[in-house]
Amino acid sequence: MNRQIARLALVGLGLVAALIVATTYWQTWATAGLADRQDNEIQRVAQFSIKRGLIRAADGTILATNRRKRVAGQTLYLRRYPQRGLFAHIVGYSTQSRSRSGLEASENDFLTGSNANLKTVLDTTLDRIRGATIKGNDLWLTMRTGAQRLAMEQLAGKCGSVVALDTRTGAVLVMASRPTYDPNLVEKNFSAINNIRSSCSPPAPLLNRATDGLFTPGSTFKVVTASAALDTGKFTPESRFDDPGYCIEYGQKVRNAGNPEAPETFGSVDLTTGLEHSINSVFCNIGKAIGAARILGYAKRYGFYEDPPLETPGNERTPSGLYHRGRLFRPSNPDTQVDPGRLAFGQEALLATPLQMAMVAGGVANRGVVMKPYVVGRVTGPGGGVISRTHPHRLGRAISPRTAQELTSMMVGAVQSGTGTAAQISGIQVAGKTGTAETGVDGRYTSWFICFAPADRPRYAIAVVLENQTGFGGQVSAPIAKAVMQALLAGRSNP
Amino acid sequence: MSARNRELANLIVVGILTALGFASVYIARQDVVSTASLSYAAFFFALYVAAHLVARMTVPWADPYLLPMAGLLTGIGVTEIYRLNPTNAFRQGLWIVVALGAFAATLLVLHRDYRRLESYKYLFGLTAIGLLVLPAVPGLGTSVNGARLWIHFGSLQFQPGELAKVFLIVFLAGYLREKREVLAQGRLKDFGPLLLIWGGAMLVLVETNDLGSALLYFGIFLAMLYVATGRLLYVGLGAGLFVAGAAGVYHLVAHVRDRVTIWLHPWTDHAVYCGINGKMLPRQDCASYQLVKSLYSVAHGNWFGTGLGKGTFETTEGHQLIPYLNTDFIYSALAQELGLVGVAALLLVYMLFVARGFKIAMLADDGFSKLLAVGLTFAFALQTFIIVGGILRLIPLTGITLPFVSYGGSSVVANFVLLAGLLLVSNRANAERR
Repeated sequence: MNRQIARLALVGLGLVAALIVATTYWQTWATAGLADRQDNEIQRVAQFSIKRGLIRAADGTILATNRRKRVAGQTLYLRRYPQRGLFAHIVGYSTQSRSRSGLEASENDFLTGSNANLKTVLDTTLDRIRGATIKGNDLWLTMRTGAQRLAMEQLAGKCGSVVALDTRTGAVLVMASRPTYDPNLVEKNFSAINNIRSSCSPPAPLLNRATDGLFTPGSTFKVVTASAALDTGKFTPESRFDDPGYCIEYGQKVRNAGNPEAPETFGSVDLTTGLEHSINSVFCNIGKAIGAARILGYAKRYGFYEDPPLETPGNERTPSGLYHRGRLFRPSNPDTQVDPGRLAFGQEALLATPLQMAMVAGGVANRGVVMKPYVVGRVTGPGGGVISRTHPHRLGRAISPRTAQELTSMMVGAVQSGTGTAAQISGIQVAGKTGTAETGVDGRYTSWFICFAPADRPRYAIAVVLENQTGFGGQVSAPIAKAVMQALLAGRSNP
Repeated sequence: MSARNRELANLIVVGILTALGFASVYIARQDVVSTASLSYAAFFFALYVAAHLVARMTVPWADPYLLPMAGLLTGIGVTEIYRLNPTNAFRQGLWIVVALGAFAATLLVLHRDYRRLESYKYLFGLTAIGLLVLPAVPGLGTSVNGARLWIHFGSLQFQPGELAKVFLIVFLAGYLREKREVLAQGRLKDFGPLLLIWGGAMLVLVETNDLGSALLYFGIFLAMLYVATGRLLYVGLGAGLFVAGAAGVYHLVAHVRDRVTIWLHPWTDHAVYCGINGKMLPRQDCASYQLVKSLYSVAHGNWFGTGLGKGTFETTEGHQLIPYLNTDFIYSALAQELGLVGVAALLLVYMLFVARGFKIAMLADDGFSKLLAVGLTFAFALQTFIIVGGILRLIPLTGITLPFVSYGGSSVVANFVLLAGLLLVSNRANAERR
């Protein structure tokens, strides 16, 4: 019988050996894949034993901190957001039941100390060996608490967004989105967030409208069209246009009357006046003259057709551009596929995010160079030492300095004597452009204002968008931009 | 060094290891467990020394490694159970006392000549069948997790299948020793018992809804049949019959079908019908919840594990993440806290145990002893494979216990009786060899 026993012993030992092989598979090879799975709560809960890094505004205001909780003999660090809905869209949340969003998701490696920085690796490994609590790194944002609060107050009761950038660095100073939500409620009282109502439908309080909200840019896009017109040398600020109150495209009249900001007939005007008063027929004719391809080309130079750069997760950012049936439309031959006249004044299925339009204003302000937006200024270790610091990065040149100079003067005119007078600040020259896009519902507009100031030495660029408005961009959005600009300018001496 | 002295030396090492385990749980979880935990290791050590003394008296020539390995496995098990739920560990401690009592009793009663058992083989066979059928008796059986495996007397629960396993092996060893020559000739009428056992295993499977136990019993039977007759053909035939039967059951019994679906496709991207609450949910949130969560636990352990007492088994609200953690899924708890290095070592202990068991079977010089040792050893290996293999998705998951480690009285008692059986065979073989 011993021969059979020996054979059976091989089978018995083989069975247990197979278990060692299978365990090795699950504990090494499959680990990374399983850790990424949405329903893997163990992975998420385990991360709560890490003392997550704080998230702070530029002035040190704490935006995300930890609450200690003892669960089954272990100390867990649950998230608390003292500023409630004020920074909700940018900071996001870190929860067990709904995973993570915002910077809490995209900067998780820093916040949990699992990044590859040598000092962090050393610290966390030592902590792990000693059995001490692992501490994450702190994020210091570039955002200004005061201006952010003011922007959120200005948006109260509305649906919309305000974005303010430092024109010289691309740093995000304000990123407000309404309606907002209290991230402290995500874990335990999510239905309260679902029940939020607002003046738009759906209210989508979790949506970061600044980077993920798509709005028809309307006349603010004329800045891009004018960039193309001037930079290609086809037109100058003094180029003359005859405005009969409409422009003829494909044998059809495209009337100024469709533009709630400037429905009247202006007669003979130059390009400067055309921008100041946002005359559709002028831009319609420019569009016909230079073609859709050139306009889209300049739009891309400003960042259209790319996710707006920022540290937040990619699924919370959406590219601006032409949209067809809910999807980004990349015309292979724009000059035949796209209506250039309507594109030129920002209609024609064109959609843009507020951050993208702030980048347009910022690019003009920064002598034609678009800076890459960023919101995490620096990352510090548990001891306070800097782990990483964000250096301003040029995204690329959109227009020549000369074109930028010409556009600046024209936009100053729009605020001084055109459609954007509500944005005037005494003692400071503001350059701006209004936008009032039709929504398809009569008397309801998407109201925009983009601007930068001071015009002679620009520091800040702002984009404001409001959904579902009865007032024009120059009436409802320009005053918000003005208030935020004033707050930023006042805070300049003590940033 | 004599065999028993070697055993004592090994037990001292095991005692130290158990003490270290309890100490590390104590350090990691000071506010949940008390300093009393440190004395537990001393308590278990005393128990094992007592068992050792009984062995010294009754089976002086027996293999010196089996008892220390069983001690190590129970030590690891009770440490982990203690980490998960101190109250359960206390109960498990009591069961270990009972189990060692059964161990001592088995040795004391049978150490003169265990081969007497052979003449009672039919009694053992009938008792085994009786025990297996017990959970199906109305009012006595309890259904846990879809399978009827338990009987209860008041608050006491007992899984008779565990003991039936040992009895069945005694029966088969006796029966096959007697019939091996005629069976090897392959006359058709001698296959009656084979078909009977096959039918019995299928009946158990249908009656208790338990694929794992059926696989275990039938596997033991085929292994012993092969050793007795040396005919691989029988194993092939038997396996074929089992597969055919299992396929039939697969079509007839929804519970078995579900287990297979869960095994093949634990994750779905889309929502499927969830029988538990009647909603549409991804399968990982419903039917395969246990398997998937347990796999996450295993994966989270990685190379070195989180450390004893530092694993994650609860949500931030303190709810259990993995059901049946200290019984069916204790391996996934250990895998998370000890890591690959730790559980690979644990499995190597199982391998060593199995290797020693087969060595005993080889050294034994009569057919009954050989078959008994082979049956007990292979049962131990196969049971380990069925539960851990189920957790690791090698085979469909079925809830049976991990020998010596899982929480559960019947399992610990049965496995210590199994150990006693191996020691008896070993003692006899070694004594005759001297």
